Amino acid sequence: MGRNDGVGGAIPVELAINGKTRRATVEPRVTLADFLRDECRLTGTHLGCEHGVCGACTVLVDGAAVRACLVFAVQVDGTEVTTIEGIASPDGELSVVQAAFRDCHGLQCGFCTPGFIVSVTAFLRDCPNPSDEQIREALSGNLCRCTGYQGIFDAVRQAADTMQRGEA
Amino acid sequence: MSDPTPNTEGRYAGSRIRRVEDARLLTGHGTYVDDVVLPGMLHAAFVRSPFARAAVRDIETSAALEAPGIHFVLTAADLNPGVHEQWHTSIGPKMPETPRPPLAEGEVRFVGDPVALVVADSRYLAEDGAELVEVDYEPLPAVVDYTGAEQADTLVHESHGSNLITGFANMPASALDEVFDSAACVASETIHQQAVAPLPIEARGIVVDYARSTGELTIYASTQTPHEVRLFCSRLLGMPEHHIRVVARDTGGGFGQKVMVQRDEMVLMLAATKVGAPLKWIEDRRENLIAAGKSRHEHADVKMAFDADGAIQAAYIDFVQDCGAYPTPWPISAAASVGMLWPGPYRVPRAGFSVKTVYTNTVGRSAYRGPWQFESLSREVLLDIAARQMEIDPVELRRRNLLRRGELPYANANGMTYDNVSPLETFEQALEMLDYDAFRAEQAEARRNGRYLGVGMGNFVEPSTPGQGYYGTEAATIRIEPSGRVNVYIAGGSSGNSIETTVVQLAADALGAKLDDVHTTQGDTAITGFGAGTAGSRSASMTAGAVRETATALRTRIAAIAAHQLEAAPDDIELVDSRASVRGKPDAFVSFKELANIAYFNTRKLPPGVPAGLEASARYSAAVQTIWVNATHICTCEVDPTTGRVQILRYIVSEDCGPMINPSVVEGQIAGGTVQGIGGVLFEHLAYDDDGNPITTTLMDYLLPTSTEVPKIEFGHIETPSDGPGGYKGVGEGGAIGAPPAVVNSVADALSPFGVTLTRLPLTPARIATLLHEQRNR
Repeated sequence: MGRNDGVGGAIPVELAINGKTRRATVEPRVTLADFLRDECRLTGTHLGCEHGVCGACTVLVDGAAVRACLVFAVQVDGTEVTTIEGIASPDGELSVVQAAFRDCHGLQCGFCTPGFIVSVTAFLRDCPNPSDEQIREALSGNLCRCTGYQGIFDAVRQAADTMQRGEA
Repeated sequence: MSDPTPNTEGRYAGSRIRRVEDARLLTGHGTYVDDVVLPGMLHAAFVRSPFARAAVRDIETSAALEAPGIHFVLTAADLNPGVHEQWHTSIGPKMPETPRPPLAEGEVRFVGDPVALVVADSRYLAEDGAELVEVDYEPLPAVVDYTGAEQADTLVHESHGSNLITGFANMPASALDEVFDSAACVASETIHQQAVAPLPIEARGIVVDYARSTGELTIYASTQTPHEVRLFCSRLLGMPEHHIRVVARDTGGGFGQKVMVQRDEMVLMLAATKVGAPLKWIEDRRENLIAAGKSRHEHADVKMAFDADGAIQAAYIDFVQDCGAYPTPWPISAAASVGMLWPGPYRVPRAGFSVKTVYTNTVGRSAYRGPWQFESLSREVLLDIAARQMEIDPVELRRRNLLRRGELPYANANGMTYDNVSPLETFEQALEMLDYDAFRAEQAEARRNGRYLGVGMGNFVEPSTPGQGYYGTEAATIRIEPSGRVNVYIAGGSSGNSIETTVVQLAADALGAKLDDVHTTQGDTAITGFGAGTAGSRSASMTAGAVRETATALRTRIAAIAAHQLEAAPDDIELVDSRASVRGKPDAFVSFKELANIAYFNTRKLPPGVPAGLEASARYSAAVQTIWVNATHICTCEVDPTTGRVQILRYIVSEDCGPMINPSVVEGQIAGGTVQGIGGVLFEHLAYDDDGNPITTTLMDYLLPTSTEVPKIEFGHIETPSDGPGGYKGVGEGGAIGAPPAVVNSVADALSPFGVTLTRLPLTPARIATLLHEQRNR
């Protein structure tokens, strides 16, 4: 038995995860985060609070950054989901954002990192030329306890500059 | 930056090398404990007490057991008799420890106290089952306010006979009466620090897999100390240590909370031997906030006597600390450190301390980055209060009293001897980075315009790298594999502190190998030698020692084989870029790959007496008892006197951690600790109501600093080598020690025109606004 056993009937869902179609049946109460982690074995989506504050579980649903702990798997039926595992290129080359985090010491324990990478990826797509103030605002929905955010500020700036120079 | 090339001296140490951990962590391929899935694994959820103190009359489990997917509901009667011994190696078996039943036995002692464990097919089902366990509680009066705990009639632990855990003093305050009575100036205050949580973003968790057929037990743990988890478990279960393997691949932050084995983890170890399947428990955030431990929560009456020139004559601290119901570890060492370190990096001819630790019906105290940091907070805040009282600039007061290099080694009056520190140098460097005089001018101008700017500073000297007992050694095995690639096996215990990168840098230098040729395996007790893990800011110095000892032995063998091959003297062999060459003859070389081929597969080419293979193991014993570190933090801020909001303007840290192995790692450690310290002053509060109910049980209530509140941190470095390996010092904890006084003092300085004194944390907008309001109405 998995997490979708127990109370309530299972509901079929079909969605694209990191470009691959996935069909499954899930119990209505199973969150998207648990579905990704337990059913799809995509364990890069992390749970730091399970009440939508820390941002570690951020994924893209049809391009929008959402907290996978606050969404039920059945709600994403028919959508395209991108998780941290889908951010680097298929051959493993880091994205501009991921490379910038590495260059700028933007991570330490790495637990919050997938959420930051996904949030920043969406942010820089929507706001390619951000001010420092906008960067701080954009990051404020993700909590990091290791870095004091210093390397993360630098990483987002570097990633934005790299993208601006068309090196992405 | 950060390319894997050695610096101009041909060394990787000292360079901003990219971290070897990052590739997996950036792509979602780390392995944290909740990522471990074993065949047939079951999931656990705790039933926890909703009362601060109650008698447990009955536990009714039948409804839960009938629910879908539930395998077991285990209570104290099922598990607690399985305890053989429970003590941590760093504390030893002889200390008068807090009784720590794995599950609550007869009485619950805080909200969150584990009462039963539900084991089910999934975590969802386990939580469903936990809802159905009916516990018959009889609520009892609780000790919530620690300041009255010692006098309270109610006892947290009846068997202890008192709520005073320990109390001792090196002298009574009255012993210094003569100095204080005749001093030109005496500053005294009572300073309070609230409870906070270490709060790693990954909460606690453990998977325990017991194989009855072999008697072997494997633990996957979120821990800073894999070897201690194994040793503790072996004692707990009465199981031979070599039957237990602990694996900790990635740990999502620890900050002290994951140094010790707590009751919840003991329960999982005991339960796993009963359930016949691998068992996983992943703590959720609510559990983490109510049951994983609190830190800080203490106060002290502090006083200092000064002569007419502002020279400190004497200092005394009378300290009381809340340890909750089940402190882990036994709290006396950190409390004693508060007293012993209280004089700080200053010339204090007479000093004394009294420390007390007390039990309350709240969550137990756990270690948190700089567990003794109250000494710096209270000393530095008092120094600013004294400076205002004497109308001396706080910079000038500190300058007069800071230790000079020529005074080292310096034995402070409470029994600590500092050496290889530079408190005056870091202070002056930080002031210069700020341009102190320019800030004072800016502050004066702002005040004329009705704006309130402030500057605050904090100096500290901290002990890192404890060199005795459990912490005193560290082992490494280095194997040059048959292909010529290098693997370094070391205990590890990284929880974000980049020990893999550190070890790779150090080993590449020590062996003359290319960085890319070196890999490290850590966090697995089956293949690494015992090490005390990540605690006490010990990893840099101790791993450097372990790598050095081991690499030295290996270099000798490499040189012997290469010399034999190249027909040169071993002393003339140089190791650079993964090859051995003859000094002065760059064309005469043999690569590590060729050397390994000889050592493993062509052993007749080995010189006489040199064994086959290319592997060495050695254990480093700490050269010194304590490696001292010092730093200065300076913070400037603006306070809105109407709303009480504090905005930090600039933040400067000048730290002397000796030579840096990797400046990015050093600054990352300082920044992380600093922001935790800022959080502790301005935002964080693990609060309870008067009945002992925790009221900050989500991250919406327990406020961590976010990206919008933290300043850009400016770093200065002074480099005074320690007497340890490479001259390195520990830098993991200092940020959390230096930040609180700097932030408090900056806010107090901003508000100095209002005549308020800040002695109670956190400095939330509400508290500041209320203080100013009360002052105006006075």
